[in-house]
Amino acid sequence: MNSLLRATNLTKFFNPDDPPVVDKVSFSVNPEEIFAILGPSGCGKTTTLRLIAGFERTDEGSIQLKGKTIECPYTYVAPEKRGIGFVFQDYALFPHLSVFDNVRFGLNNLSKSEQAHRANDMLQLVGMKTFKDRKPQELSGGQQQRVALARALAPKPEMILLDEPFSNLDAVLRQSTRNEVRRVLKEAKMSAILVTHDQEEALSVADRIGVMERGRIVQIGTPEEVYYRPKTKFVAQFLGRTNLFPAHANGLEAQTNIGFVMLDKPRKGNVTISIRPEHLTLETVTPSNCDGTCGTVMSREFKGHDITYDIQLSNCRCIVHTDNRMPFGVGDTVVVRPLEPAVVLDDNR
Amino acid sequence: MPLIYLLIRALEGELSNTLEIVFRYRNFVLLTNTIALALGTLVVTTVVSLPLAWLTTRTDLVGKRLITLLGVLPLAIPGYVLAYALLGLGGSNGTLAMLFGIEIPRPSGYWGALIAISLYTFPYLFLNLRSGLLQMDTSTEEAARSLGFSTYQILFKVTLPQLKPAFYAGMLIILLYVIGDFGAVSLMRFDTFSYALYLQYSAAFDRVYASWLALMLLGLTSTVLFVEYRLLKGLLFYRSGTGSGRSARISQLGYLKIPAYLFVGGVVVASLVVPLMTILFWMAQGVHPMVWDSLGQALRSSVSASAPAAALAVLLAIPLAYISVRFPSGLSNLIQRFAYFGFATPPLALALAFVFFSLNVVPFLYQTLFVLIFVYALHFMAEAIGPVRSALYQASPKLEEAARSLGAGRFKAFRTATLPLLMNGIIVGGAFVFLSCMKELPITFLLSPIGFETLALNVWSFSSEAMFAEAAPFALTILFFSLFFVGILFSREWKKS
Repeated sequence: MNSLLRATNLTKFFNPDDPPVVDKVSFSVNPEEIFAILGPSGCGKTTTLRLIAGFERTDEGSIQLKGKTIECPYTYVAPEKRGIGFVFQDYALFPHLSVFDNVRFGLNNLSKSEQAHRANDMLQLVGMKTFKDRKPQELSGGQQQRVALARALAPKPEMILLDEPFSNLDAVLRQSTRNEVRRVLKEAKMSAILVTHDQEEALSVADRIGVMERGRIVQIGTPEEVYYRPKTKFVAQFLGRTNLFPAHANGLEAQTNIGFVMLDKPRKGNVTISIRPEHLTLETVTPSNCDGTCGTVMSREFKGHDITYDIQLSNCRCIVHTDNRMPFGVGDTVVVRPLEPAVVLDDNR
Repeated sequence: MPLIYLLIRALEGELSNTLEIVFRYRNFVLLTNTIALALGTLVVTTVVSLPLAWLTTRTDLVGKRLITLLGVLPLAIPGYVLAYALLGLGGSNGTLAMLFGIEIPRPSGYWGALIAISLYTFPYLFLNLRSGLLQMDTSTEEAARSLGFSTYQILFKVTLPQLKPAFYAGMLIILLYVIGDFGAVSLMRFDTFSYALYLQYSAAFDRVYASWLALMLLGLTSTVLFVEYRLLKGLLFYRSGTGSGRSARISQLGYLKIPAYLFVGGVVVASLVVPLMTILFWMAQGVHPMVWDSLGQALRSSVSASAPAAALAVLLAIPLAYISVRFPSGLSNLIQRFAYFGFATPPLALALAFVFFSLNVVPFLYQTLFVLIFVYALHFMAEAIGPVRSALYQASPKLEEAARSLGAGRFKAFRTATLPLLMNGIIVGGAFVFLSCMKELPITFLLSPIGFETLALNVWSFSSEAMFAEAAPFALTILFFSLFFVGILFSREWKKS
């Protein structure tokens, strides 16, 4: 029981007649951990975050911070009393205050000189010290983002919540800001929950990821776990491109459209498997390897560091990422061979 | 609440007596007079506003901004000052006769009231039509053109029908002003409900009849509001989304510019130059020195009632606007409706209701400054809600949430994160209320403490006795105050957009 924050069965209805927006969501966040809630828009992830912050009330379930209940249908700790920082999607910097005063805003239990000291430290941490006298409107999106982070960190909260923190940045800035935010959080030894719909963002920033679908958390794990061992079709597809095949399993082996593949766990009967494109490779057809499952190259997309092939098999298509030396061209007949065991998904259909 | 007292008063009389009062022939005359005045004002203001709105939005006229400002400024001139100006203009010793040797009969009655009211209300219609024209998606006009319609056909089949909502909005305000107007009709001695109500109250002391007149006035207002609601209800469906409408086609006026400028000039002369000139002329006729003493006194009185009223109105408007913007619901809408109802209630009826109310419930407050300030605030609060509301829409609720996640309580979060962003709206709203209170006549008339003389009261009482020279300094003070404020407020609005 050493987790910092524990959410248990959180449920939120916006309209009693509709299904809940947040449906029995449970997860925990460890000290100094960055936890990402990943899901498509409208899956309830932002609402979950707002429940934790105290901006919305839960209908069922509870939230404990350091073992103390801060939210359940009968207990409510006001947002200002929770000690949880919040970084808004649109940053919500106070337009009438300077960068410095924004960061200082949450520090009024300190003396003036301590406030200035702490605010300066925070601006230093995010690399915005030279902009301290500017107004928020005079900053770029990335700079506003850093100020918002500094402002949330300044009162030394127990943890920080980040709502789609990178969605308002352009693609180039996104990459660098992502690394920057992770560095700052780690340097400040801060726990954080990050909400995002961008799988790359979640995979690269978070220590653990909870994947959310229609109000429910469907899988929790490290980035590697959720990427390589998705439990459901949804998780497999949402975290990146993948090939889903129907398969007939027999122990650790299965018969599929691309021939025999190894499985990550033993199963019997009809299952659905997922294989990432980079776990497949292509081979020339030889009498020994062609067991009636060869296919035709429909398209070849050379991307420098790798090549994406689109292969037409007898009754399905598949995508293969290979290294950039692969010689096959459009129209060639090839054999698709798995490099790793395929993942058996839980939701068979 | 006070309206209930109005009802109690009205029902005090004996039944036969009451029936006689309600179905008196005179009421019918008052009704037809009021309606005739309202319709006449609508016609005149439309004839003035529609071309003006079109000229300032769709033509290559030079100085469109200045023309717009000049078209808005008459807002600042109270009806009784315009009436005063018109009265001082005509007659054998009027401005025209003395300066140019032209003698026109002194305007009075229906035509006098019609001109005075039209001249100060047309800006409401002008502003509405103007923004209607600016917001209109002009591609509909182009679509009509591509379907083979001529310019005139387009005007009547496409442009004008789309202006209907804007027209109705302006029409509503104008009708409310016509029904509620007291200054202009009383100076022109034209029998409307408001004027009759005043006569009953001040001369005949027939409180029961006065109450009935007030109720009839309220009934008329409610009818207008209801009709407006019905008219707009069906129309709002026709309005398309804002979209990315292209800016309107600018008509090249060519030599038609000359009549256009003449038209604009005529409007400006009638609505601004004439009142100003008349006031200055009479001022030059020599003013009794005693008047100057009372001018300072009156100015102080006006400000001492208007400034607290503006502050109170803003104070009431902030929570109302906040609730309706942040927690939109049927209830919060209803609460806000009440604010607008206070505005729509004819000032004389409202004031009368408060006279009875304070006499019966809080007699120690009767004829105190406190009641006057309170009724001012109640009546003009709607003017403060608008600016505060639009400022609130700019201030994201996220800011308050951010403040709370940083440890500020509910109230402190509002004070530190939202309130600073409302300052602009608060100032503008407060200024509007202040200005309106400075100009206000009928409420002041009924509720001001004994011996309390405001600028407006002085203008009215001197003009009603044809002492035009004595009224001039007071009218001029109000005029400068108003023009200054309205000028500043509107140039501020424009800088923003």
